[in-house]
Amino acid sequence: MAIIDPGHAAKQLIYERIFRSATFIAAIFVLLILGGVAVSLLRGAWPALSHFGFSFVAREIWNPVTDQFGALAPIYGTVMTSLIAMLLAVPAGFGIALFLTELCPPLLKRPIGVAVELLAAVPSIIFGIWGLFVLAPVLQRHVQPWLIRNLGDFPAIGHLFKGPPYGIGILTAGVVLAIMVLPFIAATMRDVFDTVPPMLKESGYGLGATTWEVIWNVVVPHSRVGIVGGIMLGLGRALGETMAVTFVIGNAHRISSSLLAPGTTISSAIANEFTEAVGDLYTSSLISLGLLLFLITFTVIALAQAMLRRLERRSGAVA
Amino acid sequence: MLRKIKNSAFLSLSLVATLTGLACLAAILWTLISHGVSGLSGRIFTQMTPPPGGQGGLLNAIYGSGVMTLLGILIGSPIGVLAGTYLAEYGRSSRLSTAIRFINDVLLSAPSIIIGLFIYEIVVVRMGHFSAVAGALALAVLAIPVTLRTTEDMLNLVPIGMKDSSAALGAYPWRTTLSVLYPAARSGIVTGLLLAIARISGETAPLLFTALNNQFWSTNLNAPMANLPVVIFLFALSPYKDWQDLAWAGALIITVTILLLSISARVLLALLRAERGS
Amino acid sequence: MIPSTKPPKHLKMRVPYPVTAEPAPDLGPPKIDVRSLNFYYGAVQSLHNINMTLADRSISAFIGPSGCGKSTLLRVMNRMYALYPNQRAEGEVLIGGSDILRPSVDVAELRYRVGMVFQKPTPFPMSVFENVAFGLRLAGGVRGADLKVRVESALRDAAIWDEVKDKLNADGRSLSGGQQQRLCIARAVAVQPEVLLLDEPTAALDPISTQRVEETLQALREKYCIVVVTHNLQQAARVSNVTGFMFMGELVEIGPSGQIFTSPKDRRTDDYITGRFG
Repeated sequence: MAIIDPGHAAKQLIYERIFRSATFIAAIFVLLILGGVAVSLLRGAWPALSHFGFSFVAREIWNPVTDQFGALAPIYGTVMTSLIAMLLAVPAGFGIALFLTELCPPLLKRPIGVAVELLAAVPSIIFGIWGLFVLAPVLQRHVQPWLIRNLGDFPAIGHLFKGPPYGIGILTAGVVLAIMVLPFIAATMRDVFDTVPPMLKESGYGLGATTWEVIWNVVVPHSRVGIVGGIMLGLGRALGETMAVTFVIGNAHRISSSLLAPGTTISSAIANEFTEAVGDLYTSSLISLGLLLFLITFTVIALAQAMLRRLERRSGAVA
Repeated sequence: MLRKIKNSAFLSLSLVATLTGLACLAAILWTLISHGVSGLSGRIFTQMTPPPGGQGGLLNAIYGSGVMTLLGILIGSPIGVLAGTYLAEYGRSSRLSTAIRFINDVLLSAPSIIIGLFIYEIVVVRMGHFSAVAGALALAVLAIPVTLRTTEDMLNLVPIGMKDSSAALGAYPWRTTLSVLYPAARSGIVTGLLLAIARISGETAPLLFTALNNQFWSTNLNAPMANLPVVIFLFALSPYKDWQDLAWAGALIITVTILLLSISARVLLALLRAERGS
Repeated sequence: MIPSTKPPKHLKMRVPYPVTAEPAPDLGPPKIDVRSLNFYYGAVQSLHNINMTLADRSISAFIGPSGCGKSTLLRVMNRMYALYPNQRAEGEVLIGGSDILRPSVDVAELRYRVGMVFQKPTPFPMSVFENVAFGLRLAGGVRGADLKVRVESALRDAAIWDEVKDKLNADGRSLSGGQQQRLCIARAVAVQPEVLLLDEPTAALDPISTQRVEETLQALREKYCIVVVTHNLQQAARVSNVTGFMFMGELVEIGPSGQIFTSPKDRRTDDYITGRFG
């Protein structure tokens, strides 16, 4: 045909090959990043890990002067703060999601939904300084003394609430973390609730069930996988959170039985000490902490993503 | 009767939860505004961070954050957009693509301090010193998963008829993508960029051991550079009132910027949906 | 499987709508010659042993119930299926004398010779002019003033020139549904293909736009070999010279439209036309 210019057409093919390669390389880059993170953390952690062996994970001692390091206190702090955060944020997030999907008047749905998402966009350092300057004094002056007075002598859980009310510590960090993770969990649960087919809910209502009964007996079992996935994703974020926690954790490398005592988490230990760490073993121990965090969070997040994908596939197949 | 009580009880609890959440948002914003506004003044934008007890502003920190965020986006978003294009156009259902998507979603939620350590190991150690470049690279790594995900999702939303029509005229995928798909998905991709900027401009941990901080004015990319998040971190934890005031002012600036970016992204997304629906 | 038999004479139906198309003039060798075509989606065979010839400068319509394979057959003719993995064709399809299924065929070049219009109008996100010029720019041999001439001529062929000549720079998506579809037709004929394929071109249009598109096709018949897939029997009867009935991947019957609609040879064709199924 007269309109086809063979030179032009040949160039089109060359451009296609270039474009395709460029996009492919960019896509592979993502895998390279993950691999690079793993490898560099391993390399940096090797001196400490080979020096201390597996006992690194089980020791509480953390003494830069004598070059003795152990990860137990940071691990404990990370786990406890995240646990507290989830215990507070999951029911609250569930409640918010419930409200948004079932109770909320349609006019308010968008504004409140937007408010929740804006809360999620606030950077974590803001939560940190708010926690330090606003929440900690409140906890120190009002909440913690109340807890010590009323729960400090309870049989089983009393020891959790003993000790002077510092205001900062594991409990405070857990609360700040809870507020940080709350919008994320609320949004994820709301999205999960939205995937429930209206017909399913209507059959529940049609049988005379109350709103709560429909939620608890129809919506929750149906979106069980998504709910668990969302919670785990929130947990993954809480475990890795640095700035929200660092301001209020107290930075004490020790484990104590009371929640009111200061402690440390993996990420806040690294954040606080990395730039001042002198000596290879000190730095390497901090990087080992990073490696531990990497392993823990990646496992949790990967599991969560796998669950959420299963939900996506199932609801896609049903719909 | 019991069922009704249970129902009311749980529904009231959910209302309480929502009000609590909203109250927290209000409290935080209120604190930011009340503390931050008192620290705000013209000096913020004209003077550098002062020594302890002195007077000054945040100019070097604002500049540093701006520069590193910009660099981070310039480096990270093309990679993210191209990678998202690959997943949407070429690798729709291969096993490799599934793996990449999965890894990308994991990276989205990964702790940013780990990324800081990673860049420290491969850039700062190699170079022998902290630098703004390292900071920008850490931010770029954080920007990639966000832009990849939004680009792929937005490209998949383009009606398949448009892709088919272009192919039926003899266009190769590169031509279809550049001339038809990108323009069609334009608002979506821009939304992704805005979200990526909002995400990385508030990050502290990855900058802590890459760009570090700098008390003075510096435009040298090869040296440590001041930035808002790290300045807030250092100043807020200090015992000096002046420094703490500056920290609040900085916090207010960061939060307002990020909220504006997030709102713009949502507005764009809403416009996109309206256009599509018509 | 309904056995194929001749309908008993006393059941010969009267067509409930007028058949106005004339028989195709005999214009020499067939433009499209399909020999032993089989098509597979993965392991599922969706076209079984298709054999037929279609003449140049005529309109051929393919009718049949959903899933019968008529769109699949259409998409073989410009190898659109190559865009998707797991789809393959076996056999021969000769267009203008050469087999287009051979691996050595340049698919992009094939699509300059065989144009396609889809069911849903898909104007590109660019101006009316650029939409029509898209294919011409791809081919590369047309530039400048020559380009303008060809764009105008294509818009005239598609009977839309008068409506858009003053807004050639307007976005293609700002046109009405019927206009958009005629824009897509103009886009397809701009490169002067030898064959024009249309997959349910008026399914998404209102009756008046449908009528205008049908008139356009009648006019285009003078120049092109046109193949239309439609589920609208009246349209096939109005517009086409030749009609083929497909059922479950087989080409049950093909012949002059007048004959197909008044006295089909196969019982299945008769059942479909009289609405006993479909």
